[in-house]
Amino acid sequence: MNTKQSDNLLKNKMNRRQMLKLTGAGTAGVLIGATGFGSVANSFGYSIVDDNMTATEKVPFYGSHQSGIVTNVQKHIYFASLNVIVTSKEELKDLFEMWTPLAVRMMNGEEIAEPTTNSYVAAQDTGEAVGLSASNLTITFGVGPTLFEKSKLGLGHLKPTELEALPHFPKDQLDESYSSGDLCIQACADDPQVAFHAVRNLIRSASGKVILKWTQAGFNSIPVEKNKKQTPRNLFAFKDGTGNPNVNDTKEMNDVVWVQSNESVPWMTGGTYLVARRIQMHLETWDRTALGEQEATFGRHRDSGAPIGKTGEFEDMELARKDSSGNPIIPTTSHVHLAKLVDDRILRRSFSYSSGMDPKTGVFDAGLLFISFQKHPKQFINIQNSLGRIDKLNEYITHRGSATFACFPGIQKGSFVGESLFKA
Amino acid sequence: MKKSAFISSLFATGILLTGCGNTNEKVVEEKNTTEQTVELSKELEEYKSFAIDQMDQFVTETEKFVVAVKAGEIEKAKEIYPNARMYFERSEPIAESFGDLDPRIDARLADLKDEGKTEAEWTGYHKIEYGLWVENTTEGYENTADQLLKDAKELRARVETVDVTPDLMITGAVDLLNEVSTSKISGEEEIFSHTDLYDFKANIEGAEKIFIILKDRIKEKDANLVGELEQKFKNINSLLAKYEDGNGVYVSYEELTNEDTKTLSEAVNQLGEPLSQMGIIME
Repeated sequence: MNTKQSDNLLKNKMNRRQMLKLTGAGTAGVLIGATGFGSVANSFGYSIVDDNMTATEKVPFYGSHQSGIVTNVQKHIYFASLNVIVTSKEELKDLFEMWTPLAVRMMNGEEIAEPTTNSYVAAQDTGEAVGLSASNLTITFGVGPTLFEKSKLGLGHLKPTELEALPHFPKDQLDESYSSGDLCIQACADDPQVAFHAVRNLIRSASGKVILKWTQAGFNSIPVEKNKKQTPRNLFAFKDGTGNPNVNDTKEMNDVVWVQSNESVPWMTGGTYLVARRIQMHLETWDRTALGEQEATFGRHRDSGAPIGKTGEFEDMELARKDSSGNPIIPTTSHVHLAKLVDDRILRRSFSYSSGMDPKTGVFDAGLLFISFQKHPKQFINIQNSLGRIDKLNEYITHRGSATFACFPGIQKGSFVGESLFKA
Repeated sequence: MKKSAFISSLFATGILLTGCGNTNEKVVEEKNTTEQTVELSKELEEYKSFAIDQMDQFVTETEKFVVAVKAGEIEKAKEIYPNARMYFERSEPIAESFGDLDPRIDARLADLKDEGKTEAEWTGYHKIEYGLWVENTTEGYENTADQLLKDAKELRARVETVDVTPDLMITGAVDLLNEVSTSKISGEEEIFSHTDLYDFKANIEGAEKIFIILKDRIKEKDANLVGELEQKFKNINSLLAKYEDGNGVYVSYEELTNEDTKTLSEAVNQLGEPLSQMGIIME
């Protein structure tokens, strides 16, 4: 679409109703022009939509970092990994330009486009979020290593060296149908339908430009005590996220999560790396494991979340503690012990999943959509390597999916998602 | 970006969405008027002739099929079967408008069971398909064959009476694709003969015909949409061509891998999105 056309589109979109009145539909139709998706996209692609901070349960879209990373974790996620089928950098840039205002609108709790009055065309917004609030929707975009390998896109020279598929870890049983991807969209919300709607509409509006690689829905239930949100539990009933860095501490976030200038390629400054692992949890074997053994596996008490031998969730682990016979109180093969052996820290933002059953064995296909953010994937890699073969938890889990994505820095009003990459 | 500042602020504050209570009613009225005044009689007529022509050939080919079945010529009947059906599949939006005839000609065993009917009530092409491919016989299918030809002729006669509306064409084109997405791509249409790709191709051709008839009207509203549709039709057609031998013979559905069906399915969906916007011609 050339500038003149998009110019016309915008003008006419605005005046559509008056046009209909003034000129009669025949001519108005000509002027209204495109309502096809590409065109809707384009007509919004060049527009700027602002955060509507008066919307209820609204998380800002614009800012120095993308939303959905240090945002308080929501109850639901719909995560999509995509492959791109566009063949030029320009088309890819257009895609992100088109997506940007749609994302803002959805994070405002609005439909992606004004409702159509023409009953002969398919509606632009799929509609299932109508009447629901913004539900603290966040939409986080990232690019995977394979994107940079598509020579036609000409982005190869911009690939950060640390953006690679994760190395093979002991006991990995990776399935390509839950792994990798050129792009990712992480939609999190306190309402499952709002999260799904966001991904669905972004994908639909990009028809012919991207295809789904894999998707995963997930959930978190967050207990509230005395008006204070507590750490959510995973499906093994253990609290997950206790040891997380403090998302409200800017310095800590800069140390752990946000890429600082000169730490990576320039376009990643203010961005972060997302690691996604689809971890199947063998609920049946776990559930028949004695409580003491379960606690020894994690290194924490199940109900309180406290380190073994202590009572408070946030008490120091004190790994050196020994029992009367001189054995470590927190077993050296426990998940927590091994994770604490390394200095690296990551921001975990995981969700449980339950996706029907495994047709081969008849057991639940349930587990954890593990997601972590870190300024360098090696932070995750070091921790995972420390868990290695000896982690007692290995017996109860299998890593089935794996992906890494470079999440762009935040978007300023007037800019678009990924601008730093496309203008690099 | 400058031109959009105003419109954006409208969206952001919701004025455009909420502040038009009165205008909305007017728009609806105007829309109704629009529907009546959009002049499409030439296109509707053209589509009707297409459908009649397809039905003529459907009857001719069905007759050949029935003759082969009754003569016990199994191989010949198998050869005619998928090709005869293509005429029906191309014009399915029309055939479907006869709620009684469509199932008599085209019902699958699974459809009957869903409707609580018994196998004894099963008629039409798919019943003979079962005889040809599963039982490897035509014996006992003579009456079914006679009835099929009678139904095909009745369908042809009744097509004359169809009121072809813009909705039938616009919705029909998308329906043809939906048929592909829900039953052809899964191999459920031709469960015994596995000739699903013929139906697939015919459904696409039926949708493409509607697009071609409406093309100039679409171009008046949105030239980009025409370009996009042309490209997407080309894409799906060239994918399908990979499974054809150059003489109209398609590979068995059973030979398709999951990767093949996924690629085909994605191409159909990528065509379906812009196709669902053809209704802009009614604005």
